This record gives sequence, structure tokens and C-alpha cells, in this order.
Amino acid sequence: MGFISRGFRGKRRDTASSSRVPPGQYVVTDWPVLSAGPTPRVNVDQWTFSIEGEIDAPKRWTWKEFTALTTENITKDIHCVTKWSKLDTSWKGVSVDTLMDGVDTAAEFTTVFSDGGYTTNLTLDDITGGKAWVAYEFDGQPLHPEHGGPVRFLVPHLYFWKSAKWVRGIRLQKEEHPGFWESNGYHIRGDPWLEQRYWGD
Amino acid sequence: MRLDGNAIGGLLREIFAVEMTSAVGTCANCGAVNEVGRVHVYVHAPGTVVRCPACEAVLMRVVRGRGRYWVDMSGVRCLELAEEA
Amino acid sequence: MAGTALLGRLAWQFGTLADIVQETPRVASLYFDIPEWQGHLAGQHVDVRLTADDGYVAERSYSIASPPEDRRVALTVERLEDGEVSPYLVGELRLGDKLELRGPIGGYFVWRAGEDRPLFLIGGGSGVVPLMAMLRHRERMKSKAPTRLLYSSRTLADIIYREELGGLASAGDGVAVYHTLTREKPEGWKGFTRRVDEAMMQEVAWPKEQMPAVYICGPTTFVEAAASLLVSMGYPPLSIKTERFGATGGSA
Repeated sequence: MGFISRGFRGKRRDTASSSRVPPGQYVVTDWPVLSAGPTPRVNVDQWTFSIEGEIDAPKRWTWKEFTALTTENITKDIHCVTKWSKLDTSWKGVSVDTLMDGVDTAAEFTTVFSDGGYTTNLTLDDITGGKAWVAYEFDGQPLHPEHGGPVRFLVPHLYFWKSAKWVRGIRLQKEEHPGFWESNGYHIRGDPWLEQRYWGD
Repeated sequence: MRLDGNAIGGLLREIFAVEMTSAVGTCANCGAVNEVGRVHVYVHAPGTVVRCPACEAVLMRVVRGRGRYWVDMSGVRCLELAEEA
Repeated sequence: MAGTALLGRLAWQFGTLADIVQETPRVASLYFDIPEWQGHLAGQHVDVRLTADDGYVAERSYSIASPPEDRRVALTVERLEDGEVSPYLVGELRLGDKLELRGPIGGYFVWRAGEDRPLFLIGGGSGVVPLMAMLRHRERMKSKAPTRLLYSSRTLADIIYREELGGLASAGDGVAVYHTLTREKPEGWKGFTRRVDEAMMQEVAWPKEQMPAVYICGPTTFVEAAASLLVSMGYPPLSIKTERFGATGGSA
């Protein structure tokens, strides 16, 4: 083992292994803010969420329409590729299944896109069947801008970079298009239980 | 919160083996010319993202993991460095 | 001067803590003996790396406070209450302990004595640290560059290097120091008592016709506000060098 800084503990982190914590992760009680750029200023009066691409009739909701959709209250563990995990996070949002209801598509892949230009790729399978939501409340409060508010994508079974902040829509695609991080070293799928962090994992 | 190119002086030195903060880059998006020390840097991310201070387009992305770096500099059209220290 | 190593990959080195000087209740200067140190320029910084016994690593950057002329390398660190690294450096690290670091880093935010151009240094809080390295270097090199420091602190007790700055200012050597306090108005205080604004800049800054070299360092919002002010007052952007400080281990 290399040099150890005498007496250094670092921030509070729980490295005790647990069946809820994927390999290589530690549990935190705060909520680290990670961002690849300036926080977009989103005006909900102009905000829309769309489903486009490989779809006969693209769908679009305004904020008013979106917040009138059936929501779900869910509690999930989230896992960031930078190794922190946060357990029992509670959200309110619209299930992607609700949004995709009635959509007929040959697409197997999607790109989830956000204000500010961020993208992430997900298979259609990974975001349907009760696995993904478009969320606008966290812990009973409107989602804070630095955590992706007003609305972010939530797909907790994959590393949290896939849960795109400031989300604006889902593009259905016949081919896989690696997103912002997936095209630059991060794993195309990102399953924390298989520790799929980087290319080649 | 953003920082600037000074904050990644060490990282860039690891990758390029030369002091980079005084290197000058041209933004491929808007053409703005800035020393690396001036550009906007976001370090709280799964990787490091470097953006043009004029138009916020991505100049550079750096990811480190499993003993490798992935470096995307497609946002920099041209990089100018001094020959000698 | 032994090379300032602007070429070649930087190796991690060990410094041994040789002295601690408490500068303010929250801020201390740590003096290190670093056997393999190659020398540095005023304004450069080091990256510091701490490793816990479970392998957890935290890295931060700290500006070098000592001038190139001093053998011991000094870092001046503000202990942040919710910090991860600073409470270790200021509070836990003891004389004789080793600290892993690499440097010097930085080729943009540096000042070399030898230019006689007027120098305008603007510091917010611990942003004064690299500027102090520049002032100390200037003094050692007996530079004649006319220099002004505008230094913003929260309260009187928070002013780092207060006595030393007073000494530089009264040495009659071309250094003027302007203080502003943002959270206190002490009795008998002769300095400013507000955030840096245009009126203050108009009073303190070298006229732009004198083409000063400007260095601004501190938290991002401070730096951007000060730089924007000067640019809107007509100072050429290229004459203004900035270094933003901020937490590098984000959490909210």
C-alpha cells in the first residue's frame, strides 16, 4: 500500500458492504452536486417535453399539460459513477411508461436530451417497464435547479449520469448514439451492479 | 460553480507533459481566442468539462478511469503553445 | 533560479511540515521542507493529495504563498467548516508530518519581477495568497514596479498578512494597500467598508492609460465581478489575469 496521510478520514462515507450498495460505491448522506456546465435558467412557461424521432406522431407537453399527467411517488437508491450512493431518495414524477403510452415505434434506442446540450443514450428497454421517470419533485419539494430542476430524467437502476438533469425530451432511434459521457470514456450502458463505469468494463 | 483553467493545470500537465495554462486555444464554435487560464472549467462532474468563456461551447472533456484518460479536444480548433518554457 | 519546471510530467513529492503560523482564527500558513522542489514562480500553485487508510483519496489545489527566493514552500490555507481537506491541513497536520503534493503548476497566473509596468492586485478572502507571493517576490527582487493591492475581507480579524502588508505599504517602496471590509465597520477604520464597486475601483485602480498588469484572485463571483467592472471601465481584457477559487469536492 502506498502513502497514507496520517489521521486523514475524508468526508463521512459508509464503506460497510451491504446488498444495497453496488461494488466500489460508498454511501453518503448529503447530495453532491455534479455539473458539466452552467445551470440552465429554465422558464416553465416556455418549457416543453417531447418524444420525437422514430415515431409517427411526435408528442409534446407543455408544463401545464405535463404536470396534469398521472404521477408516481417513488423511493429509490441512486448511484453515481464517482462512487457515491444515496439511499432511499424520494421523488415524484411521471413514469416514462405513461409518456410512451400508445406510442408505436421500431426504435430500440433512445437519446435523452436536455437544456444546455447534455445528452445520454438509453435503450428503450432500460427506460420502460417501470424503470424510468421524468421527475419534478424531490423529497416533497420542487426539484432544485442545481439538482436538475424544474425537471430531470430519473433512471435509478443505471449510474446517475444517465438521469439527465434539465431534461427536455426523448428521441427514439433505430441506432445507438453514445451521449455526452458515453462518447468520451464512460460505459455505453452503465449498470452499477456490473460496475460498468468506463469503456471496456 | 465554475472555476477556470488554472484549476486543471495539474491535470493538463499530467496529460500533455507541459504547462498548459498559458497555451492559447481558439474556440471551434465561436472563434474566441483565450489562454487556458481564462477558460471556464467545471470540475464537479463525472469528468472535467472545459467551456469557452465567450459562448460556453464545450472546448474539451477529460475523463479518467482504470488507468486511462479520454480526452476530447474537438471544441478547440487550434492550440498555440510556446516552444520553450 | 533552479528551473521552474514548465516541462515534463510532474511527480508527486513529499513535503515535511516544518512550521505553522496562525494568520487569522481560520487561516494558517504551513511551511514545508520539500527536498526535491525545483523552484517556482510567484502565482503558481501546488496540488495536494490526501489518502485515507481505506484508499479514499482527496485532492485540492493551494496557491504558494512564499516567494521563489525562499527555500521553504509556504501554503496559506483557510479552514472551511464543512471542508474535507482544509480541516485536515489546518487542525490535524502536525509538525513532522508528510504531505503529498505536486507542483509548481501554472504558467498563466504568474508575475515575474523585472517588469516596471504598474501592478494592480485584487484579492478576495484567501485569494490574496498568490498575490502575497507576488508582493514578497517583488520585495526580495527590489522591483520598482509601482504596485497597488485592493484586498477584500469579511472583518478586520479575517485580514490575512495584515501586519506584513502594513509594513510593505509603509516601506516607501512603491506599494499601496487598500482594504475593504464587507461585514464590519470597526471604530476608527480608515479603509473601505463595502463590496468592491465602480466608485472604489475609480479611486484605487491605476488609470488605464498607465496600462497596469492586473491580477484578480478569489471566489468565482468576486473575480468575475471585479473583472467585469474593470472591463466596463475600459481596461483591456487581456491585461487582466484571473484565478478563481472554489470548492473542488462539490456537495450541496
